[in-house]
Amino acid sequence: MNAALTASLQWQNVCHRKDLVPHSGIAVMLGKEPVAVFWLPGHDTELYAIGHTDPFSGSEVLAHGILCESQGIWSVASPLYKQHFRLDTGRCIETPDVGVDVWAVRMEQDWVQIGKVLIG
Amino acid sequence: MKKQLVVIGNGMVGHHFAEQWMASEMAADYELHVFAEENQRAYDRVHLSEYFEQQSSAHLQLGDDGFYALPGIHLHLNEAVITLDREAKSVTTAQGQYSYDTLVFATGSYPFVPPIDGRELDHCCVYRTLQDLDVIRASAQGATRGVVVGGGLLGLEAANALRMLGLEAHVVEFAPRLMPVQLDSDAGSLLRTKIEDLGVKVHTEKTTRKIIPGDEQRLRMCFADETYLETDLIVFSAGIRPQDQLAREAGLRLGERGGIAVDQHCRTSDPSIYAIGECAVWNNQQYGLVAPGYTMARVAAAHMIGNVGTTFTGADMSTKLKLLGVDVGSIGDAHGATPGALNYRYSNEIEGVYRRLVVSADGSKLLGAILVGDNSYYDTLLQYALNGIELPEYPESLILPESSGTGAPSLGASALPYEATLCSCHNVTKGDICEAMNDGAVSLSDIKSMTKAATGCGGCAAMVKTVFESELEARGVQVDKSICEHFSHTRQELFHLVKVEGIQTFDELIERHGQGGGCEICKPAVASILASVWNEHVHETKHLPLQDTNDTFMANMQKNGTYSVVPRIPGGEITPKMLIKIGEVGEKYNLYTKITGGQRIDLFGATLDELPLIWEELIAAGFETGHAYGKSLRTVKSCIGDTWCRYGVQDSMTMAIRLENRYKGMRSPHKVKMAVSGCTRECAEAQSKDIGVIATENGWNLYVCGNGGMKPRHADLFATDLDDETLIRYIDRVLMFYVYTADRLQRTSVWLENLQGGLKYLKEVVIEDSLGLAEELETRMQHIVDTYQCEWKTAINDSEKRKRFRSYVNASEPRKARIQLIEERGQLIPARMITEEEVA
Ligand code: SRM
Ligand SMILES: Cc1cc2nc3c(=O)[nH]c(=O)nc-3n(C[C@H](O)[C@H](O)[C@H](O)COP(=O)(O)OP(=O)(O)OC[C@H]3O[C@@H](n4cnc5c(N)ncnc54)[C@H](O)[C@@H]3O)c2cc1C
Ligand code: SF4
Ligand code: FES
Repeated sequence: MNAALTASLQWQNVCHRKDLVPHSGIAVMLGKEPVAVFWLPGHDTELYAIGHTDPFSGSEVLAHGILCESQGIWSVASPLYKQHFRLDTGRCIETPDVGVDVWAVRMEQDWVQIGKVLIG
Repeated sequence: MKKQLVVIGNGMVGHHFAEQWMASEMAADYELHVFAEENQRAYDRVHLSEYFEQQSSAHLQLGDDGFYALPGIHLHLNEAVITLDREAKSVTTAQGQYSYDTLVFATGSYPFVPPIDGRELDHCCVYRTLQDLDVIRASAQGATRGVVVGGGLLGLEAANALRMLGLEAHVVEFAPRLMPVQLDSDAGSLLRTKIEDLGVKVHTEKTTRKIIPGDEQRLRMCFADETYLETDLIVFSAGIRPQDQLAREAGLRLGERGGIAVDQHCRTSDPSIYAIGECAVWNNQQYGLVAPGYTMARVAAAHMIGNVGTTFTGADMSTKLKLLGVDVGSIGDAHGATPGALNYRYSNEIEGVYRRLVVSADGSKLLGAILVGDNSYYDTLLQYALNGIELPEYPESLILPESSGTGAPSLGASALPYEATLCSCHNVTKGDICEAMNDGAVSLSDIKSMTKAATGCGGCAAMVKTVFESELEARGVQVDKSICEHFSHTRQELFHLVKVEGIQTFDELIERHGQGGGCEICKPAVASILASVWNEHVHETKHLPLQDTNDTFMANMQKNGTYSVVPRIPGGEITPKMLIKIGEVGEKYNLYTKITGGQRIDLFGATLDELPLIWEELIAAGFETGHAYGKSLRTVKSCIGDTWCRYGVQDSMTMAIRLENRYKGMRSPHKVKMAVSGCTRECAEAQSKDIGVIATENGWNLYVCGNGGMKPRHADLFATDLDDETLIRYIDRVLMFYVYTADRLQRTSVWLENLQGGLKYLKEVVIEDSLGLAEELETRMQHIVDTYQCEWKTAINDSEKRKRFRSYVNASEPRKARIQLIEERGQLIPARMITEEEVA
């Protein structure tokens, strides 16, 4: 993401570091929007935030899927029908026309913050 | 001087011919000259569109780099043949004149551009060669909209290409529906809906009258109905025409609608000239697919070397493809043109699938089929059609969705006849695959390089793999069963490594024996192995990320994202007080309540936050988790036995409860079900369970590896008249041996069927202790029994673990407020259809 865009984001605390589960996900509310936050400690990108609602079922479940790696690309497997959603772009790997929103996310002094402007 | 063989055209078929020829014994007697109009050697036109994705054509090249450098072969790139003199037996190009003894036309087709005024304007393109694609790419610069004329197979592919170039894509079709050749009107309109959902605009029944410069965009297409459409570029994809001009000028006989007429040896009206591929017509029919072209190449080459037995007599035009991500398949007589043909149709507008079967008048043979939305049915249907295999009693079962949702039924590889063609591109039969295996092929890539199967259009790859693996198995060879890309081991091997090396975590295992970060296949499989071996709580931080949501939250996720609650009710025995308690909890949390098929009660519709509260109450009342979620023991079904029943000969209730309590903590490759019946009347249906026990006058008969689910299997009688202790010992051993050796997600029924030596071997291991493993198996099982904990009890007493059950970690808004429920027969169930707005 470019610096200008980062600067213009409105960062909002969504949870504490202690709420995260390593190598897995949790759900938070961003206003009225349910968001799944994933934590991969020790990786180049440690935090990801994507929509929590699975577009195939319309149900809020994505934070509870298993994280998968293939050729360096990380995704989450929906716990319902097992489609994979990329953590970086939100795209569904099996059906690239379908995807979920992606938000900027960062850790500031042990607080997880989501950038209020949509980036993906 | 050597004889001269000239091939005009270095497309897919011309190249295939050259390969066939060079491999033949006559090649040494000839000089082979191949003339190519294009400036590069043959490439894979079928996958032409990948040129846009990969920005390079290198991967599309056909054949080895060294092929055209072989002695005796001369490739003349960028050198079109201009005239043919049959009298002098020579061809001329801009560079010179070449004489021939034998000549082969492989000039393919050219795109048909309808005679519309303005079609020669800039930015009017076609879609056939790499060069065409370069032109389209250049034209797309600065363009916002592109139109494809023609809604056939290629037209839709071109529309997708335009979309990938970032253009707003339109398709203009003259017929009333898309793909009129392959699809009927229901299928065509479903395809249309799907494609429009992807943002491609479709205009049917539109005839373009003229193209003129546009006002807003570069071009304006004026239609016969007085409407118009402006666009920046146009791709014509209105069909192909055989490239027969040279042949026509030389006076060769042509087909009624053009194309070089050939006989069953692919010979033209001039005995020293052959024609193959899309430029040829057999019986007035042109074959616009690569597989028939390849067959023609083989037939012509065979005839030249004196083999008259190989002939071309038409070809199957079935196709399976993914158009803009939508599966479309068309087999044989898709329109039911055969007299007396009857139809079966399945159409599901909610899921967007359509399937049609065309069967013979007597219902015994499959003539054709149409598929939209799900091509998993294709391979099986194609085999039925191609091989004339007798249809099952209810042919519709081949296209109806299976209620279990496991997708298309498959025709077992072993049921296919040896003559069955698996790969039509390279004409490879099941027999050819077996032969290659006799000649030493041991991997799929050996098969591919020896038979070329699956190296053409690729459509047969899945089928070839299945046949290869089933043949390997039939020969007793171990098939590569690496569980996923992260571990090149089988589940059994991983189990062994964990046990022998004392590995405690996924990270340790993947570091020592795997690669990458893991996935939804290996993580739960390893978690299950770790649990089988070490029996630690699934909520230990190190195991948490490995589990699917059901195991993580110890409840099964339902379709609306809520969970179910299933307390254990061993043997189905429950006090009225406990029953009332379940009723109270169900009422308090407004849960849908149902008696299950496994003699217990399921409460549906709990949210994450509610789960610990519900379990707290159930546990206080004396319930334990029922493991409805894990790969573990489900229920031990029981009849009432000699306690009440007048026929009962043993106490089946007590035995069932004992078994349930003994094995309830076990984690296994798949779930395990048991049952105990009090006499031979078998009211507990023990012979359909993984472990079945039936009372006898003298004790118990033990049955193993039955199944009642997707593929029912009658359990095998394993031992008779056992006393209680021997029964338990045998069950310990059978189950642990299963845990040691089964594949992931393999029920005991499938495991036994795949176990070498079968039931006899299992008896030797368990009863005679032929492997000397019996004691170890029992000790391991005892360890699991001794370390049992009710996972829910542990979880609710641990505040850290409870934290996991927050629907949102930062919101107090109850999750339930956001779930749509409706009432049915006095209980709440998920709202049946979720509309777009509600999802958004
Ligand atoms: C609730 C119940 C249906 C009912 O309303 O009665 C049920 C419900 C489910 N069954 Fe079942 N099965 C239920 C009895 C059965 C039976 C009958 C029996 O056990 O006597 C069978 C056939 C017997 C057998 O397994 O051999 C059965 C064969 C299956 C299968 C196919 C298994 C197979 O290998 O063939 C699956 C799919 C799987 O496990 O992969 C399945 C899977 C499921 C799942 C877990 C599907 C899922 O992943 O969401 C359902 C979720 C239950 C939940 O959320 O709590 N269920 N299922 C029954 C619960 C019994 C229990 O108390 O534990
Ligand atoms: C985008 C696209 C997708 C396709 N998808 C599929 C598919 O999924 N499945 C399938 O089975 N088929 C598909 N096809 C069709 C398949 O590509 C053709 O059936 C196959 O290429 C025919 O081979 P051919 O050698 O007969 O003709 P071509 O591959 O067209 O080769 C003919 C060659 O002869 C050359 N030539 C012509 N005249 C002369 C001359 N006078 N002198 C010298 N050279 C000359 C031409 O330049 C050309 O290179 C597709 C085609 C396209 C364009
Ligand atoms: S199997 Fe039938 S007859 Fe036998 S004890 Fe059970 S209920 Fe009675
Ligand atoms: S059918 Fe085309 S590669 Fe086998």
